[in-house]
Amino acid sequence: MISGADIMVKCLQAEGVDTVFGYPGATICPFYDALYDSDIKHILVRQEQNAAHAASGYARARMRPGVCVATSGPGATNLITGIATAYTDSIPIIAITGQVRSDLLGRDVFQEADITGACEPFTKHSYLVSKTEDLPRVFKEAFHIATTGRPGPVLIDIPMDIQTNKIENFEYPEKVNLRSYKPNTKGHTVQVKRAIELIKKAKRPIIVSGGGVLSSGAKLKLQKFADMTRIPVLSTMMGIGVMPSEHPLYLGMLGTHGRRCANKALHLTDLAIVCGARLGDRAIAAPDQMSERTKIIHIDIDPAEIGKNVKVDIPIVGDMNNVLKNMIENVGDFRINDEWDAQVKDLKAHYQSKISTFEGFVEPRTLIGKLSSMLKSKAILCADVGQNQIWCANNFRIREGRFFTTGGMGTMGYSIPAAIGAKLGLKKRDVVVVCGDGSFQMSLNELSTIVQNNLNIKIIVMRNYRLGMVRELQDNYYNGRHSATVLNDAPDIVALAKAYGIDSVEVSSNEDAEKYIGKIVESDKPFVLVCRVHPDTPSIL
Amino acid sequence: MKYTLSILVENQAGVLSKISGLFSRRGFNIDSLAVGVTNDPTVSRITIVANGDEYVVEQLEKQLNKLIPVIKVKRLIEGEFISRELSLIKVHCAAAKRFEILKIADLMHAKVVDVAVDTVTLEYCETVEKINTLKDLLKPYGIREIVSTGTVAIDKGKAEVTV
Ligand SMILES: Cc1ncc(C[n+]2csc(CCOP(=O)(O)OP(=O)(O)O)c2C)c(N)n1
Ligand SMILES: [Mg+2]
Repeated sequence: MISGADIMVKCLQAEGVDTVFGYPGATICPFYDALYDSDIKHILVRQEQNAAHAASGYARARMRPGVCVATSGPGATNLITGIATAYTDSIPIIAITGQVRSDLLGRDVFQEADITGACEPFTKHSYLVSKTEDLPRVFKEAFHIATTGRPGPVLIDIPMDIQTNKIENFEYPEKVNLRSYKPNTKGHTVQVKRAIELIKKAKRPIIVSGGGVLSSGAKLKLQKFADMTRIPVLSTMMGIGVMPSEHPLYLGMLGTHGRRCANKALHLTDLAIVCGARLGDRAIAAPDQMSERTKIIHIDIDPAEIGKNVKVDIPIVGDMNNVLKNMIENVGDFRINDEWDAQVKDLKAHYQSKISTFEGFVEPRTLIGKLSSMLKSKAILCADVGQNQIWCANNFRIREGRFFTTGGMGTMGYSIPAAIGAKLGLKKRDVVVVCGDGSFQMSLNELSTIVQNNLNIKIIVMRNYRLGMVRELQDNYYNGRHSATVLNDAPDIVALAKAYGIDSVEVSSNEDAEKYIGKIVESDKPFVLVCRVHPDTPSIL
Repeated sequence: MKYTLSILVENQAGVLSKISGLFSRRGFNIDSLAVGVTNDPTVSRITIVANGDEYVVEQLEKQLNKLIPVIKVKRLIEGEFISRELSLIKVHCAAAKRFEILKIADLMHAKVVDVAVDTVTLEYCETVEKINTLKDLLKPYGIREIVSTGTVAIDKGKAEVTV
């Protein structure tokens, strides 16, 4: 006989899960008890939201689903923001929640919350398990659904009695059998042919690359296609890292907070090849104008994304790997014309932003640029949300590394837990957090998790004593009325980090910042570097 | 534009709320909704009639298809399907008017299912348009209560929506 809880552990093992992030409570205790004897590492976070974010960071680093666990009621509801973030960012995570006993369901007993109902809009799928026998099938399906097609979170809500009940034996299914879920990954060859024809006719084509290229692992294929054709590449925020930042064909991030040369190219183009991007309003502010100006080829695994935000001339539904492979094979020796090639070079050279500095403060954009070269080539940078995120997006010079941020949901507090997940996923990588003083305070409790697990994560806090990005919005659109965007100078972050057992200093010049970064990258201990940034430092320009 | 969607779903708990939630979440109204099992007991059919422009319907079809328990979504083509709604209409009916009301029922091929001292109840299974006509005809007598199902619809001829 085997209990539901033991089955849950065995299912995770069968899926090759080595680490889970979570926070226990009464209704998930049977599972935690079973986990205690297993070889799966459990990382105790300090708030459930961060378990989901850590699972997201882990998933992005390891290219496999991250798992988070919480108890029923408040534990489960605390997960919601993390689940919703993974949903909008299309990150595969499995959220496991305890639930009150089946016979008590619907009676509003202690710590009962309808979490499958609450998460309905932000899960790719969810299960409320009603029989212990169903657990293996449910886990198998959940992992399959989370990772195939457009990746996303799947929630498994498991009443306590389902965890304690025993059944005869455990058998993990080899295959899933879901007649209603068969994502189309191939990419229609006729559509690809039509796309190639359009590309060959285009005068000023560009590639707009999104997170889909990274999550499908098609980055090198995209680079190859660009190199072959010399079509310049722009990326969305989620697509940063698709090309090395210094690549001559890479023009940077597009959109409201993007690079001028990228937006200029977007304006000039007559054919945009959109790869794995949903083109939300931050990327393309006026989609109607764009589709009037230019032809659009849209490649995505999710058919619902195609034609949703911009009108498309050639839709291609499929996995980026398959479609790009097909395109590489069929594009022949096509190369963009010299005129566009020269124009792109010119854009890249002339539309560089000039940076003004403030005496007595760190200039964050210059520092981020410098930071890139001080880290190993494969470093992972986790940027939070706000001005700090934009500074990173536009100035971090990625080589073979990764850039993790929540471009879709924009959830403050993401960076620290995501870095924890990333570090546990890829232990040898340099993992660095850049966050704001507001976002830092949304997940600073996780410093404790960092210390408990001895994680070598460097945290750079851009301290402008402001909710900088919102304040900038107020400067631009609300007559500079700084309603609720000024932070006071408490806490003393250096003292706080030290209280958690992490060494920390505050600096107010780039010179000092670089000096410390040079030192801390050599050490295997976590560190919090607080950079004083002038509140008037803009996001872009 | 009025459209009719025929949706095949896994016959499981919670599917209906996923589908209706999708409509309300995206700000789309449903005119009518009907659910029933198909000849395969593991599959239910949901028929939805709603209003929206081409963009909205296309989005809806795609979003519905994204729901895991949804097996198939088909937009039925105007003129190429049969649709029916069932209405039970209770009309105020003084003895003096009984003959007139029964005459209307007869004319419209509605079935009389209950006759009481001062009411008559008709059962009418027809297209929405015809049901509306009957309602108009009965209105002058005083309609006391109407109970209607959602529209159900099926393709004409060989075309079908099956798993
Ligand atoms: C959870 C959450 N709440 C509110 C916001 C709105 N918001 C976006 S940026 C920002 C300011 C962030 O301040 P800080 O972390 O200090 O970063 P800065 O912009 O100063 O670099 C706020 C409040 C958000 N994105 N997420
Ligand atoms: Mg700030």
